Amino acid sequence: MALSSRHLLGLYGVPKEDIQLILDTATTFREVLERPIKKVPTLQGKTIVNLFYENSTRTRISFELAQKRLSADTINFSTSTSSTKKGETFKDTVRNIEAMKVDMIVVRHQSAGVPHFLTRITKANIINAGDGLHEHPTQALLDMYSIREKFGTLKGLNICIVGDIAHSRVAMSNIFGLKTMGANVSVCGPSTMIPMGIESLGVKVLNDIDKAIANNDVLNVLRIQLERDAGRRIPTTREYHNYFGITTERIERNNKNIVILHPGPINRGVEISSEVADGPYQIILDQVTNGVAIRMAVLYLLGTMVN
Amino acid sequence: MDTKDIKAKIIDEEGLNRTITRLTHEILERNKGSKNIVLIGMRTRGEFIAQRIKAKIKEIENYEPSFGVLDVTLYRDDFRTRLKQPEVSVTNITFDINEKDVILIDDVLYTGRTVRAAMDALMDLGRPSTIQLCVLVDRGHRELPIKADFVGKNIPTSIDEEVRVRLKEIDGEDSIYLVNVPKN
Repeated sequence: MALSSRHLLGLYGVPKEDIQLILDTATTFREVLERPIKKVPTLQGKTIVNLFYENSTRTRISFELAQKRLSADTINFSTSTSSTKKGETFKDTVRNIEAMKVDMIVVRHQSAGVPHFLTRITKANIINAGDGLHEHPTQALLDMYSIREKFGTLKGLNICIVGDIAHSRVAMSNIFGLKTMGANVSVCGPSTMIPMGIESLGVKVLNDIDKAIANNDVLNVLRIQLERDAGRRIPTTREYHNYFGITTERIERNNKNIVILHPGPINRGVEISSEVADGPYQIILDQVTNGVAIRMAVLYLLGTMVN
Repeated sequence: MDTKDIKAKIIDEEGLNRTITRLTHEILERNKGSKNIVLIGMRTRGEFIAQRIKAKIKEIENYEPSFGVLDVTLYRDDFRTRLKQPEVSVTNITFDINEKDVILIDDVLYTGRTVRAAMDALMDLGRPSTIQLCVLVDRGHRELPIKADFVGKNIPTSIDEEVRVRLKEIDGEDSIYLVNVPKN
C-alpha cells in the first residue's frame, strides 16, 4: 500500500486511508526509537534539504533526527546564513538547491502556499513543515498519533482545540485530519481568536472553557502567538489566563479524565499553568517523541516515491 | 494460490510436523540444550514456525526460550532501487540478545537477501554470540554467500517456480507446495 500523493502539503482532502497508513507506519518507527541503535538504513543514498525560512527548534530537530535515523543525507538551510540576505529570490534559491540533486525538501515558510509553489518549480518530493497560517500536517499527525496511542482510536472521541485558532496552522491541520478520522472536533477561545465561519468546517464553537473541559476527552491547547499579533486580540495575557487558561483547579472541578496536548513551545502561566504542563493530565513530551516517529513514517512513505 | 499453478505438494501436515520436530532436535543438539538460545521468527510465516519450535522445545526440555519477531523491511536493499513500497510492520524483540545464540527462523531461503537484512537488523539490536539460520525450505538460487544451519527440506527449483509454505495460523492448512510462476 502506498500514499496517494508524493507530497505532504497539508491534511485538507487527504484520504482516511493515507492518514491511517502514516499512523500505522509510525508505530513501527516508535519501536525503532526504543532500540539501542536507533537507526535503520532505509533512506541510504537519499538527500533531503530542510528549507527553514522561519525559526523553529523542535520541528527542525525532529525532522533532522528522523532523516538521520533513516540514514538519509541531510542539508540544513536557514535564511539567516544564506544568500537570501543578498537578495536572491526564493525561486532561485530553490532551483540552485535542486540542481545539487536533492530528493526531498522539507519546507517551513511564513507564507501560506509556499510548499504548494515548490511542487511546481522542483521535481523533489515536498513536505510541509508549516506554512504561514495555513497548515502544519506533521504536527497534526503526531497529535493524532499521541491521542490514538492513549485512547486506541480517534473515531467518536470529543476533541477540543483551545486558544488562538485564528493564528494557528496546527489547528487547521488538526481539524482536517481529526474530522477525516471521525472525531468530534470543537474549538474554544475568545471570539476574537475564532475565525468567522469556522463552523463550516464541521466544528463546534465553544466560548466557555469549563464546559469544554467537562464535555471533551482531549484538549489540544495552543500557544498564544504573541509574535503573530495575538496580543491585539486579547486585553492582557493575564486576563486570557483567567478566562481560558488550563489549570489543575479547572480540570479537577470539571473532568479528571481529560488528556492535555500542547504543540509547544509553552507559554507557562498563559494558556496553561505550569502545574498542568508538568502534571499527570498532559502528554506533551510523548508528543515530542511521537513527532520523530511520525516524521520517520512520512519520510519513509514518501521516500519510496522518489524518482 | 491458484490450484492450476500447483506442480507438486511437497509436504503435508504430518510431514511438516515431523520436519519441525527434527529441526528442533537439531537446534538443541547443536547448541547443547536450550539455555542460551533465543528464537527469532521472521515475519510473517517465520514467526509461526518459530512459535512451533518454541512449543517443541518446551515439550522436550521443559524450558521456554525467549521468542521475538523480526520485520526486516527497513533493512531491505531493494527499497532504494525499486519503486515499490514494502509494507512495514513492527519488530517485537523485548529481550536482550547480547551473548545469546540467536536462532533466526524463516520459511523459505532463496536469494539470501532477506537473511542479510535480518542480520543487519539483529546487529543493531545487540551483539549475539552466534546467529544460526533455520529454514523450512531451501530452494537454492542464492545471490549472497549465505547458508542455512538447519534446513527442513532442500527443494531444487527452477527460477519459474516458487515454494509456497502454508500454515494453519495464516492459511488454514499445513503444507508446502511447489508452484509455477512464469517470470516476465
